[in-house]
Amino acid sequence: MRSTNEEQNKYVYDVRGLNLWYGDNQALKDITMGVEENEITAIIGPSGCGKSTFVKTLNRMIESIPIVRTEGEILYHGHDIFGSHMMVEELRTRVGMVFQKPNPFPKSIFENVVYGPKIHGVKDKKILMEIAEQSLRGAALWDEVKDRMSENAYSLSGGQQQRLCIARTMAVSPEVILMDEPTSALDPVATMRIEELMEDLKKEYTVIIVTHNMQQAARISDKTAFFLSGELIEFDMTHKIFSNPQDKRTEDYITGRFG
Amino acid sequence: MNSKNKKDSILEKDVDSMNDNKKGPGGKRVTFNKNRISWRIGLNNFAKHLFSLSTVFAVVVLVILLFQIIKGSIGWLDWQFLTSNLSIFPEKAGIIGAIVGTLYLMMIVIPVTLILGVSTAIYLEEYAIEGRIQRFIKVNISNLASVPSVIFGLLGLTVFSRMLSLGSSIMAGGLTMSLLVLPIVVVSSQEALRAVPGFLREASYGMGADKWTTIWRVVLPVSIPGILTGAILAISRAIGETAPLVVLGIPTLIMKIPTGVLDDFTVMPIQIYYWTLDTVLTPEYAYLASATIVVLLLTLFILNSVAIVIRNKFQKTF
Repeated sequence: MRSTNEEQNKYVYDVRGLNLWYGDNQALKDITMGVEENEITAIIGPSGCGKSTFVKTLNRMIESIPIVRTEGEILYHGHDIFGSHMMVEELRTRVGMVFQKPNPFPKSIFENVVYGPKIHGVKDKKILMEIAEQSLRGAALWDEVKDRMSENAYSLSGGQQQRLCIARTMAVSPEVILMDEPTSALDPVATMRIEELMEDLKKEYTVIIVTHNMQQAARISDKTAFFLSGELIEFDMTHKIFSNPQDKRTEDYITGRFG
Repeated sequence: MNSKNKKDSILEKDVDSMNDNKKGPGGKRVTFNKNRISWRIGLNNFAKHLFSLSTVFAVVVLVILLFQIIKGSIGWLDWQFLTSNLSIFPEKAGIIGAIVGTLYLMMIVIPVTLILGVSTAIYLEEYAIEGRIQRFIKVNISNLASVPSVIFGLLGLTVFSRMLSLGSSIMAGGLTMSLLVLPIVVVSSQEALRAVPGFLREASYGMGADKWTTIWRVVLPVSIPGILTGAILAISRAIGETAPLVVLGIPTLIMKIPTGVLDDFTVMPIQIYYWTLDTVLTPEYAYLASATIVVLLLTLFILNSVAIVIRNKFQKTF
């Protein structure tokens, strides 16, 4: 996947005129935005505004719903992700995803982390061990689980499970990590730990995070996109969105007048 | 009694005052009706006893059955009985031939049904495109499960015995029996696959796994307990079933112990069947039949235990 155009290189994701329908319902309307490398982009908006749909479109997870239809382009490093040369497996290897509810496999902690490397053909036990340690350290979970790697992942707390899922995603060494409300099922302490982690993730990954929680977006992100009824209302630097929004609707939302 | 009355009155008072303040939709008051609740509690007690009675009935029948059989087998079920070949003299008769026959039959039935059944279920649940044809196949498989076993015997006779000239060999019997229990395995495996939570598949696909990798590494391991539950049912049925083998013409009077899957054979249920028929001529055959039933039940019990142990080993918690 070599980029053909220097100008496109600036963006990891370049979304151009994206429309998406669930059957007859249009869920995304003419979305155009660019996501830059090593930044955290937060996507906020009220329930049903299409923010989860949008992020699931970025790695084509949305295609598991058969009635979905898309129009427009999403360029990943200059390559159309809907194009015929794009293998969805390759895209998802480069673009990891952390889901709303922690979803570890009912396997041991170790097996969970090395699932990705194993399916991509890493067999050497020593290398797998190294990947596991690195990823778990990266997800700030290593110290808590290093002595219980063979225990079932479901013996961990909810917050630990979610960090395990982050480690599992990192183990595939993606370039982008998509997060779909990763803390919505967690308590405040676990949420705080994940937010702390985000700061480190930024150094190595481009992160796109959907969040219900405006404070969270304000705390952790570099840029914020505000979605409303399937439209991208405003997309700018986070501090600008929260201090000086250009659109009335953005202002109403972040000041808590609706949503 | 006194204190109870007091408590009741307090409760009524509370409910009354609550009723004063609150009006339901349409202006109707929700009132606490003591008679109604007493009636519901009575109904609950009645239901409880009715259901426990059903359970007792089933257990009593089972106990009587087991008692009769075990009583009949005492004195007849011994090592000699297990290891001897068939004989027309009841004291000398044994069922080694039937035991070996049943084991051989299982050697065909277990792999054939598991491989074909689970593969079919995977195709229907994971690969087949949803639509009329897929629904039609699913409904038909469910219906096949209720087709009488004699019909499967006729099918086996036509296809395996005649067309493929397998005669009344273990191969013919095993394949026929596999067809008979295949629907059970397919339907229960489909249920097991469907029960695998979607978020596990999502996790796998999200890391760039393809469909087969996801099925092999995530979906199948999680659904093994459910698949085995169906397999236990199916195999138990195959061990006990008589009718299709009778149609195939499985003989009972064979003195030769089978040594390969193309040999003629007999199985325990057939042996029981013929000994029960011949009780009119030789009353002692009834005891032999009882003893064979005990052996058959023990075989089932052992097989089921093995399956349950495997199932528990794979049982995962979420």
